[in-house]
Parts: sequence; structure tokens; C-alpha cells
Amino acid sequence: MGAPRHVPPDPSARLWRNPEPKRGYDVVIVGAGGHGLATAYYLARNHGIRDIAVLERGWLAGGNMARNTMIIRSNYLLDESAALYNHALNLWEQLPAELDHDFLLSQRGVLNLAHTEQEVRDARRRSFANELNGVDTEWVTPEEIAEICPILNTSDEVRYPVLGATLQRRAGIAKHDHVAWALARKSDEMGVDFIQGCEVTGFTTDGDRVTGVQTDLGPIAAGRVGLAAAGRTSLLTDTLGIRLPLQSHPLQALASELLEPVHPCVVMSNHVHVYCSQAHKGELVLGAGIDPYNGYSRRGSIRTIENQLAAAVELFPIFARAHMIRTWAGTVDVTPDASPIIGPTPYENLFVNCGWGTGGFKATPGVGWVFAHTIATGEPHPINAPYGMERFTTGALIDEHGAAAVAH
Amino acid sequence: MLLIRCPWCGNREETEFRYGGQAHVHHPQDTSTLDDQAWAEYLFIRDNPCGELAERWVHTAGCRRWFNAIRDTATNRMRAELPSARKPVTR
Ligand SMILES: Cc1cc2nc3c(=O)[nH]c(=O)nc-3n(C[C@H](O)[C@H](O)[C@H](O)COP(=O)(O)OP(=O)(O)OC[C@H]3O[C@@H](n4cnc5c(N)ncnc54)[C@H](O)[C@@H]3O)c2cc1C
Ligand SMILES: [Zn+2]
Repeated sequence: MGAPRHVPPDPSARLWRNPEPKRGYDVVIVGAGGHGLATAYYLARNHGIRDIAVLERGWLAGGNMARNTMIIRSNYLLDESAALYNHALNLWEQLPAELDHDFLLSQRGVLNLAHTEQEVRDARRRSFANELNGVDTEWVTPEEIAEICPILNTSDEVRYPVLGATLQRRAGIAKHDHVAWALARKSDEMGVDFIQGCEVTGFTTDGDRVTGVQTDLGPIAAGRVGLAAAGRTSLLTDTLGIRLPLQSHPLQALASELLEPVHPCVVMSNHVHVYCSQAHKGELVLGAGIDPYNGYSRRGSIRTIENQLAAAVELFPIFARAHMIRTWAGTVDVTPDASPIIGPTPYENLFVNCGWGTGGFKATPGVGWVFAHTIATGEPHPINAPYGMERFTTGALIDEHGAAAVAH
Repeated sequence: MLLIRCPWCGNREETEFRYGGQAHVHHPQDTSTLDDQAWAEYLFIRDNPCGELAERWVHTAGCRRWFNAIRDTATNRMRAELPSARKPVTR
């Protein structure tokens, strides 16, 4: 392992146009995060739909897409999840060539640590489930972990010794901003309009059909509308009386000063709750869980940072003297079963993609693919069929709580 | 870090509390007549406003009592911290 360090290519002088919105489009996507961008891209590429606008209240990919810790993996426990995330991982591997943009996909491996006997059992179960689903996975012992990531404290002198880990070698990180710019550039070339600084405030409807969106730049008609508005989805669906099982929470990350390369892979610990990798430039990038209370402030609590740093320093003693120089938060929407909602709504022509909680970056191309299929055909793709909002009524939940190798 | 006012103990740091989600969500009456939709609503669906939310907190590391507060989810400004009440608190 140990990724070669190189710098991203200089962005082209202009990656996308900044057009005035037209009065109507075949498809309007709300939200130019990774998911909105990937959906537009696959609508154009796979379905030949070119009359598309992506409306963004802030700036392109300035929401959670700009704030995440870049981790990509597909080692989820349940069959439905493995199918979705592994579809995404397969696409990640071909996207740099397809988009003609090197966004530094670095398959440096992700270790998910186990610190208790119960976690060992859970992790091994997940690893067997991954094997059955064709997801690459290995169970590694503390001795093997010490070879893979020598800076990790594998002694038993700590409160929660490392008892083993699952390793997914195909997993890793990608430079999130460049992913967004690459998708935007290619979609723009195919005719997609990106309208920044355009907030969607509601919908225009005709009976139970959505006929367009209301925005602060005026109404825009749409044959079909796809929501990819992450933490703010329920604010929009509330206006139609659709009650979604979503709660929005702050989720924080932090980054250190630039350091020499010392950390060769990604390490995640559910139990002491921290995850850490070293970015291409050299910063240590750390994340943990959501703050418990609902919030749209994009500021989390210091106590979360204290807990995650305490855990990080115990796992990586050499980080004790590193300076953390930036912290930030996003607003993530969490569902009761810790799995996303992707599919049709009671309104004809309106489709939702939301509830990704803390983990939607890794799904970006996969969800773009299936959401584009759903919007283009009006029917879910087989991969997102189990992810409809009706599962909360039928009880067919996709309960990844605790199982997904990170607490939500 | 939020500074939260417990109605009994006064201002304390957020670390002393646990969050209990939306306030005034009551177990349904006449459960035998409820359909799946109504059960799903009770079990899974809560308000998620960007603005004021009536919510529950428990002072776990202090008096261990529950209370209701109204907090603005965009600014974290809190007002009207009151003992848990059956009637919605709107003061
Ligand atoms: C700190 C942090 C760390 C994370 N780490 C990881 C990780 O390591 N791996 C991983 O897989 N995932 C991670 N995630 C989660 C991941 O970032 C999200 O699940 C994913 O970005 C969500 O999809 P998106 O890209 O469409 O969201 P966003 O990028 O948030 O896109 C939604 C867009 O919609 C816009 N919008 C919202 N409302 C409106 C409106 N009314 N009108 C117009 N535009 C609107 C927003 O401005 C935003 O740009 C992390 C998230 C955070 C906050
Ligand atoms: Zn108290």
C-alpha cells in the first residue's frame, strides 16, 4: 500500500458555463452536490436527456460535498447496501478515465478496527457477508495491522486494545472537489445548465403532479424534478405535505497542518469513534460522529472534537504534537435505519434522494447512476428498489445501524 | 459547546446533558385501530425544522430530570426551558 503522492492537475480555465436559467427544463435537479452532479451526468450519458438544470442555493459542490472526509469503501453488511456501494466503487474505478480528469482516487485500503470481543464477532460476520457479496475483504490480526499501518498503537497497554480489523484493499479516498469539478465539466459539455445562487423554495403543482419549482430567481417549469438537497430535503418535501423520516444534524471534520507522509491507509474505529487518513497534500483529516441534536447551523460542538482527538491520540501516539488548523461542519440528514431514501414520491414527477447521513460521498457515482435511471424511467433501478420511502410503513428496513462499520 | 439551562440547576455545559429529540410526541391511543401508516408516523417521523423546535433534554450528569426547551436549530438559541409538561410549551 502507501499511495504515491502527486498533485492534482490544474483546473481548466473554465470548467462550466454560468448560464441564466431557462423558463423550463425536461429535468430539474435540486442541489449541485456530488449526488446532483452525478445524477445529471448519468441522465445525459446513459439516458440521452440533455435539457437539464441543476439548481444550487450556494455554490457548486459547496455543501457536504466540500466538507466530507473523502472516504470511499463498500464493506457494508446488508445485501442491499453492498450492492449499492459496490456498484459505486466499480464506477469510481473507471471514472477518472471516463471523465478525463485525475481526481486522485487512491485505493490505499481502509482498516475498520475492532476493540471488543463483540466487535470482533460483528466485524468477522461483516467480512463473511462481504465475501458472499463479492466485496473484497480480509480479516487482519493486530500483527498484520502493525505491518500495514506502523504508526497505529497495537499494544495492549491501552484502554481499548486493537483486537483485529477488517481490511478492504480497494477502498480509499478521492479528492472530493476534483470529483465534483470533473462531473460538472463533462455534464456541462453535454449541455447541462448549472445555476448557482438559486434556492428552490417550493414547487408548482397541478393536482398530484409536480410541474416545476419555485426559486428565488422565479418559477422554473420541469417535466421531472429530482431532489439531491442532502440535509435540507425535508424542508422542501414539507411544503408538499410529504413527511419524510429525516433528522438533520451537524457533522464535523478537522484537518491538521501539512505533515510528511506517515499514514499509509485509512483507519476507522467505531468503538472509540474516530476515523483518520492523510490527505494527498499531507494534512491529517479526522472525523467522528454526528452531534446528537438537530441542527442546520453547520457548527458542531467542541465536545465531539475533544472525544475524537482523545481517541485519535490514543490510537496514533505520534499525532499528539500535530496542530489541528481547521474544523468545519456540514448538515447531514439521518434516517431511522441509517440507510438512504432513493425513489419516487406520492407526487408524480417528483423523486427523492436523501438520508445519506454521514456516508454518501462514497456512493456518489452509484447513486447518480440509479437516481438518473429512476428519474428517466419513472421506476427505480433494481439496486435502489429496496430504498423507497414506503419501507418505513411496510417495515422492510435496511438496518445498517452499527453494522455498516461506523456508528451513524 | 452549547450552554443549556436546566430548570432546576441553572446553566450547565452541554456535556452534562443528553438529547431526547422532539417533545410532545405521545404514544397513540386506541392502538388496535391504527393502520401501518399511522404507526410509521409515530415510530419514525419527527419534525425537522430549520428554526424553532420544541425538544426534550435530560440533565444526566446533574439532577437527572427531563425538561423541555425550545431551540432554534439554525442558531442554537434556546428559550423557555421548562419541566416536562403534558401540554405543549410555547411560552
Ligand atoms: C464532516 C463530514 C464528513 C463526511 N465524511 C464522509 C466520508 O468520509 N465518506 C462518505 O462517503 N461520506 C462522508 N460524508 C457524507 C457526504 O458528504 C454526504 O452524504 C454527501 O455529500 C451527500 O450528498 P450530496 O453530495 O448531494 O450533498 P451536498 O454536497 O450537501 O449537496 C446538496 C446540495 O444541495 C444544495 N441545496 C440544499 N437545499 C437547496 C435548495 N432548497 N435549493 C437549491 N439548492 C439546495 C446545498 O447547498 C448542497 O450544495 C461526510 C459529511 C460530512 C459533513
Ligand atoms: Zn438539573
